[in-house]
Amino acid sequence: MDHILNEDAAIYFEHVSYKRDNNTILSHINGMFPKGKITALVGPSGAGKTSLLKLCNGLKSPTSGNIYINNKNINSYDPPSLRRYAGIALQQATMIDGTVRKNLALPLILQNKSLTENEAKELLKLVGLDTDMLSRHVNDLSGGQKQKLSIARTLVNRPHILLLDEITSSLDPISVEEIEKLIYTINKKYRTTIIWITHDINQARQMGDYVWVMMQGQLIESGSISLLDHPKTDKVAQFLKGRSS
Amino acid sequence: MSFTTLSFALVFVLIPLILSKYFKLGLEKDTLIATIRSIIQLFIVGYLLKFVFDSEQYIYIILMVTIMIIAATQNARKKGKMIRGITWKLVLTFTLIELITQFILIGFQITPPTAQYIIPLSGMVIGNSMVLAILFLNRFTSEIKSQQDQTELILSLGGSPKQAVQNQLVQAIRASTIPTIESQKTIGLVQLPGMMSGQIIAGADPLQAVFFQLLVLFLLLTTAVFTSILLGFLSYPTLFNESMQFLDEELKQLSD
Repeated sequence: MDHILNEDAAIYFEHVSYKRDNNTILSHINGMFPKGKITALVGPSGAGKTSLLKLCNGLKSPTSGNIYINNKNINSYDPPSLRRYAGIALQQATMIDGTVRKNLALPLILQNKSLTENEAKELLKLVGLDTDMLSRHVNDLSGGQKQKLSIARTLVNRPHILLLDEITSSLDPISVEEIEKLIYTINKKYRTTIIWITHDINQARQMGDYVWVMMQGQLIESGSISLLDHPKTDKVAQFLKGRSS
Repeated sequence: MSFTTLSFALVFVLIPLILSKYFKLGLEKDTLIATIRSIIQLFIVGYLLKFVFDSEQYIYIILMVTIMIIAATQNARKKGKMIRGITWKLVLTFTLIELITQFILIGFQITPPTAQYIIPLSGMVIGNSMVLAILFLNRFTSEIKSQQDQTELILSLGGSPKQAVQNQLVQAIRASTIPTIESQKTIGLVQLPGMMSGQIIAGADPLQAVFFQLLVLFLLLTTAVFTSILLGFLSYPTLFNESMQFLDEELKQLSD
């Protein structure tokens, strides 16, 4: 075992590669996501960011290499508990057919448990949705409302790690700000480790403690967020220049 | 009916041939092939059945049922390419439904254990099971493909593979069995069922024909529901691996 035990790492990648349909999506990723911090994951489209997120909660498995969650190999976790431990919220905010309430209760229904009216309302309040929305059909929600509901639903499992895939990219500025506040609060209040894929470099700067910059399936640079102001490589400097102009 | 009277019945083939030629429908070739094939196939089956009935040997009954199962599997497996090991899953489904129905029919002395009853009823059960299997596989494949996001959502929230495809499974089972149930609601109102008509023409008491027709209808209800449920539960696990990951990549490759 040549991996270094790192007490500060919530997730640790060791020579991780991932192929799909014989295309290399991720190649030789080595790095870590620090515990209790917000790490912004940035990079151009097709860099493999979403795939990396799906590796973190076992929705996909690496073709080679090892992933450690809390210093334990990811393969030693039972998949459902791993996925509850590391919750994911995706850009498309998929809903099941039915009411807001049904969607919110889904993680518990899957465990044959139920969500009380009060718990449901608390969750809606937490993400900034009206509490009288519970009986509304999800088809009547706006994109922003769906995204907030999707985050609330992921929180039902009380994840220690929260994986966020461009959750604000289709939202209006007010909703973006609300969600940023929410994620910040969750991070501070529950010391939840957060990995946040974003296209918005300013959002990364503002929200992130750490940053990973990925390109073409490789991790180019990672470290403290100030890295975005002083990139070490030309590639990253170029990418950041393109984003800010 | 004799061969001579049957040959007069060929007039019913001649009429469409002449019409097709006159109106340039281009159906002559297919009509001829269909006629010749049906004559040959049915006579082979007829003589085969006569031989099996006369010999009263169970080995021949088993052989005929086996052939039916092989033919039905051959037909249905094309629709289930996305499911690994679909061939043996179909064989298992058809064999089980055949065993269960015959066990009940013979066990409760509903029908006697002779070739005359076992073979035609097996044909109906396996034939309908095949149609159901095709309907189910078609629907299940399209449900799975169109709802991949939902499958992944449920897995990501800590759900099991079964929970992740539960909705798609139920939709496909319902959609494939509803036609069987619906068709029974209007049976006899518009058209007499083929088997009943045949019996009545052959001189059976209409009430006896009704008894048998009802028996077949009830049999087909079990066949329909059992086929889709069993095939569904045999199929869905192949869409996931042991780490409870949805094999969308494989799905894409197989359906291309």
